[in-house]
Amino acid sequence: MQVTMTVNGDEVTRDVEPRMLLVHFIRDELGLTGTHWGCDTSNCGTCTLWVDGEAVKSCTVLAAMAGGRDVHTVEGVAQNGELDAVQQGFLEEHGLQCGFCTPGMIMTAKWLLERDPDPDEGTIREAISGNLCRCTGYENIVRAVRWAAEHPAGADEEVSA
Amino acid sequence: MTTTEVPTSAEGNPIGFGRMHRKEDARFLRGQGTYVDDVTLPGMLHGAILRSPFAHARIVNIDTSAAEAHPRVRAVITGETLEGLGLAWMPTLSQDTQSVLATDKVRFQGAEVAFVVADDRYAARDALELIDVDYEPLDAVVDAKKALDPDAPVIRDDLEGREDNKIYDWEAGDAEHCAEVFDQADVVVTQEMLYPRVHPAPMETCGSVASMDPVSGKLTIWTTTQAPHAHRTLYALVAGLPEHKIQVISPDIGGGFGNKVGIYPGYVCSIVGSIVTGKPVKWMEDRAENLMSTSFARDYHMTGSIAATKDGTIQGLKVDVLADHGAFNGVAQPTKFPAGFFHIFTGSYDYDAAHCNVRAVYTNKAPGGVAYACSFRVTEAVYLVERMVDCLADELGMDPAELRMKNLLRPEQFPYTTPTGWEYDSGDYPRALKEAMRLAGYDELRAEQAERRRAFEAGETNQLMGIGLSFFTEGVGAGPRKHMDILGLGMADGCELRIHPTGKAVIRLSVQSQGQGHETTFAQIVAQELGIPPEDIDVVHGDTDNTPFGLGTYGSRSTPVSGAAAAVVSRRVKDKSRIIAAAALECSPDDLEWEHGRWFVKGDPDNGKTIQEIAFASHGNLELPEGVEGHLDATAVYDPPELTYPFGAYICVTDVDAGTGEVKVRRFIAVDDCGPRINPMIVEGQIHGGLADGVGMALMEVIAFDPEGNNLGGSFMDYLLPTSMECPSWETGETVTPSPHHPLGVKGVGESATVGSPAAVVNAVLDALQIRSADMPLTPAVVWRAMQGSPLRNDLAIE
Ligand code: FES
Ligand code: FES
Repeated sequence: MQVTMTVNGDEVTRDVEPRMLLVHFIRDELGLTGTHWGCDTSNCGTCTLWVDGEAVKSCTVLAAMAGGRDVHTVEGVAQNGELDAVQQGFLEEHGLQCGFCTPGMIMTAKWLLERDPDPDEGTIREAISGNLCRCTGYENIVRAVRWAAEHPAGADEEVSA
Repeated sequence: MTTTEVPTSAEGNPIGFGRMHRKEDARFLRGQGTYVDDVTLPGMLHGAILRSPFAHARIVNIDTSAAEAHPRVRAVITGETLEGLGLAWMPTLSQDTQSVLATDKVRFQGAEVAFVVADDRYAARDALELIDVDYEPLDAVVDAKKALDPDAPVIRDDLEGREDNKIYDWEAGDAEHCAEVFDQADVVVTQEMLYPRVHPAPMETCGSVASMDPVSGKLTIWTTTQAPHAHRTLYALVAGLPEHKIQVISPDIGGGFGNKVGIYPGYVCSIVGSIVTGKPVKWMEDRAENLMSTSFARDYHMTGSIAATKDGTIQGLKVDVLADHGAFNGVAQPTKFPAGFFHIFTGSYDYDAAHCNVRAVYTNKAPGGVAYACSFRVTEAVYLVERMVDCLADELGMDPAELRMKNLLRPEQFPYTTPTGWEYDSGDYPRALKEAMRLAGYDELRAEQAERRRAFEAGETNQLMGIGLSFFTEGVGAGPRKHMDILGLGMADGCELRIHPTGKAVIRLSVQSQGQGHETTFAQIVAQELGIPPEDIDVVHGDTDNTPFGLGTYGSRSTPVSGAAAAVVSRRVKDKSRIIAAAALECSPDDLEWEHGRWFVKGDPDNGKTIQEIAFASHGNLELPEGVEGHLDATAVYDPPELTYPFGAYICVTDVDAGTGEVKVRRFIAVDDCGPRINPMIVEGQIHGGLADGVGMALMEVIAFDPEGNNLGGSFMDYLLPTSMECPSWETGETVTPSPHHPLGVKGVGESATVGSPAAVVNAVLDALQIRSADMPLTPAVVWRAMQGSPLRNDLAIE
């Protein structure tokens, strides 16, 4: 079947099997391999991206269900090569090690900050509780999100500070 | 070596040790990392493995005809196909063999039976359903304690003359001396405990993309490996391929923790698939496959006995271990040490009587054994001794901190030879414990706990509070060639450093990052030694065609071994740069002094040459002394003289709901001493991750089996990893005791917290409940049962 959606601002159309998962559509059909896959059971969150502004586990969605929708992945976060505030926060606070959970974490953190620009530690922990990280013990991820909340303009602000 | 003396580069990075952003983050943050599953080659096909539903069964027949008829299937490979190629069995890292695809029997649930190669991943999976395997189920050995019963089915009847399920008996220490000491001791406490089977479960599962070029005969394999060079040699030995025609590329790795040390059947199948089809073949396991078939960890049933005087002077420790190795002995560790470094179990205390006996058995479970950041079983050893010390404290009615402080090795005893033969390099243990107690506010915590207990006993609250300690000593950086090899390969690591004419550099490593940040840390080592800004240093790793030989990253060995190689190679370059600088300055090398990347004439500081100027001169027409070659580069192979011994003191504070058995880790204080910290930010991150592992193992993670041998931990719905909600905000501290024999004084840290933390959590929970023993994971059900005095066997199905 033919599926058309907008991904990071560009309209894409592909002919795919109806059963194809969105995560495979994004990775294998579009070559956007920043979105990862890490479990069979919708537990890990490494596949998190945005569909119509909602953070979604793309292993739990069929590509066909995203037809006509607006999808955003980690590849679309940096603008003109510059890291956004959340990415910069992860860099500053060492919020990543192997980097495998990172795209999903970033998409979840961005989603949180859109709704709550100044979340406290408990709110952050709850928001990322559907995203597993085996490397960092979460502490620096929490700090990274706090950094982003405190520096909404990202690195620019850090330079002027 | 203090960070305050370190100058800063134009980009604001320390030229040497100190906190700096990681170089690798630029790609990871943008989703531009390249993990194995991100590799796509022209014409690439996809493989999938058919696995056994039974723990133990004879294969009567395999019918692949329907799968072969599938329009998108290119090949179906079975054990029979592999037998023809001599590849049905492969060697494990412990001198055993393991079946690649089963020919005679399946020996654990999830065992590899057939491999399908198809046009895409969906078709490959579809075709698995079309394979018809006729099994004759056999009784399974599930309980390790029954593996040696006379009527137990023999699992490894493929091995000549094999009549039981015993793998080995191994002992260390002095049994006789131990017996004497125990006979005369005032107090002896004996305790049985289980360190259950757990799984490293990195977020990226295992996989490979194999591409055999039929013209050149060269095999390139992109694969999830922590040890690319060791894998290449093993492929050469297993598959009979010439080693120079094999290139192993380990691109970005999504976490390893020991899960990616061994060679798995899937990797071999992807190679065979590529040979058979003439196309590149990708195989990526799913999460169930990862949890059910790849390297598990622990599974040690231990009975410890500790002897002491009645005033709490520890006199001896002995332990009997029953080790469940699964269906094949697939443990990765130095050959001489079948139980890894378990005999470091005497821990951080001063006594001379020690003995351990380890008996390993086959069961119908997945193979593996040394994984999950365990430092070759130091994890089990530390858990044992730290639980035993708490049992003794309980018996004596002594505060566990006081008991530890009384028995810790004293700084003047180093270097210290343990009763089982390890030589600890350096340490100031009391200082670390005091620092942890200070950070924790130990006395106030004890006062709060007493008040909580009073309130509980008065019926005012259901919430109990516990304080748990753990003090660990690890032996890492394996290891000296004279003692240590894996399958005959000595555990030294190579390193190559080249300074380009403009003074930029490239360093090539044999070790492989899985998230440890080698691209940053190793650049900082070179920067420290040569004064070249870290941003000017490229770190190359993970490609056997482009890096020197070495055994890879596990057992916290990167900085202790490869880091030392990086320092040595830098110093060789520095020595040569001195000769070249002297030639350029027309003086004797002895007249030169070094400071921050520059040689200058003693007493004339303005007259000098920077390392960048020297690099250019070394490539130019400057006349060099007799016997000195042009260019500025060097190689080194580092053979560590001894292991390094990081240590630390941990304190965990838990709240336990006596009504539900629910445990909450309220605080965790970790004081680590790993010597000087090259990048303190990265070191702290390593510790955080290990602490989360400890909380996970202590409270949540276990792979248990039902009586038929069905794996009960085969998904993230059953095998629970800690999330942000179970982890507290870690509180870290440090002391610094350099290693006297490492060129940089550093000791390694990757596994410290995983090794040290589980005992602290368990001790805290038991301290809250005032119960002497309960086994991990302390789930609400387990805690509840322990409170009722009827503990569960956590390795078997919960009845
Ligand atoms: S892949 Fe694990 S939640 Fe989507
Ligand atoms: S950084 Fe490795 S899983 Fe999160």
